[in-house]
Amino acid sequence: MQIRSPAFKANVSAALADERLQKALEFTRPAFPSRRAAAVADLPEFEQLRDIGRDIKNHTLANLDFYLEIYAANVERAGGIVHWCSTADEARAAVLAICEKAGARTVTKGKSMISEELGINAHLEAHGITPVETDLGEYILQIRNEGPSHIIAPAFHLNRNDWEESFRKVHTDLPADRVFNERRDILTEARTRLREKFLAADVGITGANFLIAETGSSVIVTNEGNGDLTQTLPRVHIALASIEKLVPTLEDATSLLRLLARSATGQDFSVYTTFSTGARRSEDLDGPGEYHVVLIDNGRSGMIGTEFQEMLRCIRCAACMNHCPVYFTVGGHSYGWVYPGPMGSVLTPSLIGVDQAGHLPNASTFCGKCESVCPVKIPLPKLMRHWREHEFERHLSPSAVRTNLAIWAWFAMRPQLYRIATRIGARVLGWLGRKKGRLSSLPLAGGWTAGRDLPTPEGDTFFARYARLQREGKL
Amino acid sequence: MTPPSPAPRVALFVTCLVDLHRPSVGFAAIKLLEDAGCRVEVPLAQTCCGQPAYNAGDRSTARDLARGLLDAFGGYDYVVVPSGSCGGMLRAHMPHLFDDDPNTRARADALAGRTYELVSFLTDVMGVTTLDATCAATATYHDSCAGLRELGIKAQPRALLASVAGLTLSEMADAEVCCGFGGTFCVKYPDISTRMVADKTKDIAKTGAGLLLAGDMGCLLNMAGRLQREGSTVQVRHVAEVLAGMTGDLPPIGEARR
Repeated sequence: MQIRSPAFKANVSAALADERLQKALEFTRPAFPSRRAAAVADLPEFEQLRDIGRDIKNHTLANLDFYLEIYAANVERAGGIVHWCSTADEARAAVLAICEKAGARTVTKGKSMISEELGINAHLEAHGITPVETDLGEYILQIRNEGPSHIIAPAFHLNRNDWEESFRKVHTDLPADRVFNERRDILTEARTRLREKFLAADVGITGANFLIAETGSSVIVTNEGNGDLTQTLPRVHIALASIEKLVPTLEDATSLLRLLARSATGQDFSVYTTFSTGARRSEDLDGPGEYHVVLIDNGRSGMIGTEFQEMLRCIRCAACMNHCPVYFTVGGHSYGWVYPGPMGSVLTPSLIGVDQAGHLPNASTFCGKCESVCPVKIPLPKLMRHWREHEFERHLSPSAVRTNLAIWAWFAMRPQLYRIATRIGARVLGWLGRKKGRLSSLPLAGGWTAGRDLPTPEGDTFFARYARLQREGKL
Repeated sequence: MTPPSPAPRVALFVTCLVDLHRPSVGFAAIKLLEDAGCRVEVPLAQTCCGQPAYNAGDRSTARDLARGLLDAFGGYDYVVVPSGSCGGMLRAHMPHLFDDDPNTRARADALAGRTYELVSFLTDVMGVTTLDATCAATATYHDSCAGLRELGIKAQPRALLASVAGLTLSEMADAEVCCGFGGTFCVKYPDISTRMVADKTKDIAKTGAGLLLAGDMGCLLNMAGRLQREGSTVQVRHVAEVLAGMTGDLPPIGEARR
């Protein structure tokens, strides 16, 4: 996917001016937190489960090589094939090779963020193979040639008119009087078209929410059932998964599943939870003849052993962005790459470089809401701060910021001079604001005063007043 | 927790914004602490908790400033801060600046254990339940992020405000959602910050309250500045001003002395 993260500020300006987007954000914003809160309130052990989830992931990451080998052996024992891919290039090549070997012309796809990260669709198209997204949101985004703006609700930024307009663009046989008033109308249209694709597909590609070492299974959760049709109907099923999706046992997967939907949509469980283990056996009624796992590193192993290892606990529930006031101000596309919101602000610099994605960990107030709802307790603000430290050490932060910081620090280290400087500052600002108690503009403070007045100080500093009162014997 | 020796020796950490902007909050803190039976001192060697450096990724400056604070605030029974943000820096973050330096880490842990945000200190340590203050107003209270999520401050200010004569509290929707200040965030990303504070002022307006309170000067300056830009008549104050009964003489934040 094209990287637009360096243009974060321009992306934000556009997003703030986009009325359609702002309406969608305003409409969606209250839904996720209230649903999650209700689900959490219904499960007394939810907080304990968060600790369990964190511990399962920590244990797996500490022993990742061990569990990966067990997992791969069990996939192969069940008749599947594991393709180990260090880079996005290798993963794209592996997927293409499987499709070409199968003589595929049409490939159906379940929703997968790693597929976005790898740019699978463009790669297949470039080689004459037609990928078809089958998740409702992803289907419309494919028509519109847009990326997802959210990791579990990829097209929530679109409204009903957008859907109708997009459908009419590609479903050219639609009668002019066909109405798209209800969500059901949209669903029916997509379902009818997709049914043909499901039956025609030669290969089905899904992601994986979890990989289970003890059984060699991959797990997907969906609410539309499209993932099941994608992975059971075609002759070949490819599961795309990055290495941190691994958990040791079925029980570990079910513990994390108890956290996942509650954190994501506030459901106790997603509508469909499907475990895939190997290819179709002779006694099976259906299922793919081939089962491939494309196991992707693409930068993850480089995070292990660093301060960013904790990010690999992420189970992609989206709770962090669902509760993020910055995300709900700027929308997902502003982040400029695959993963938006707080998890994206930590993961994106790890995967594409902090020189590209430096704005993301900076565009946070560190309000801490994301960490408080993360089902696996990733300390997202702390990790964003670590990225700022990397930037600072590498002199990537703007020179004006560094200079101001250095001047301020020089004074702050010298209390007596600091008192003089603050006293002058308080006096001058207090004098400027003497009539109204605030300023509507001030040179060099345009960032503040563009959208706010600047309340001015009382006039003398605390320490000046304190010293005076002490001299006068009033303290 | 039981109050320690009859009159604990408390160091007031004034904080940069109170020092520069709203010294009266510091004096309100002194009054509240003395009324609660504390002996209050103001160490002169203090400046800043170091958050501007720490959150800009400049760990080395943050450590240098932290060492200064360890010296300035040594030897007191408690250190009290009229800010959840600076309090959170001392309690939750500063010790980790010295993870690789066990001696300093131990000193930082000791300081963290003795440091409290003002309102939570009054209720949780000194056992204050009622105050002798009057303020005829309907107020709404914004939960500042660091105080709320790093220090667990939620019930304490509301409990004390309930004892202020004449004051009614009208809760806003999303009181726990960030106001968009975020330290230097508000000037690094002013567009986002302004939109966030504009969302906040909508929630404030819906309460019908005439007075907005919070425990952190940064958030208060941000919300006051936005309210005033919008032409709102809502007055804005640090919670300590109300609890100390100082509202009579002191104009609200962003308003001139009459």
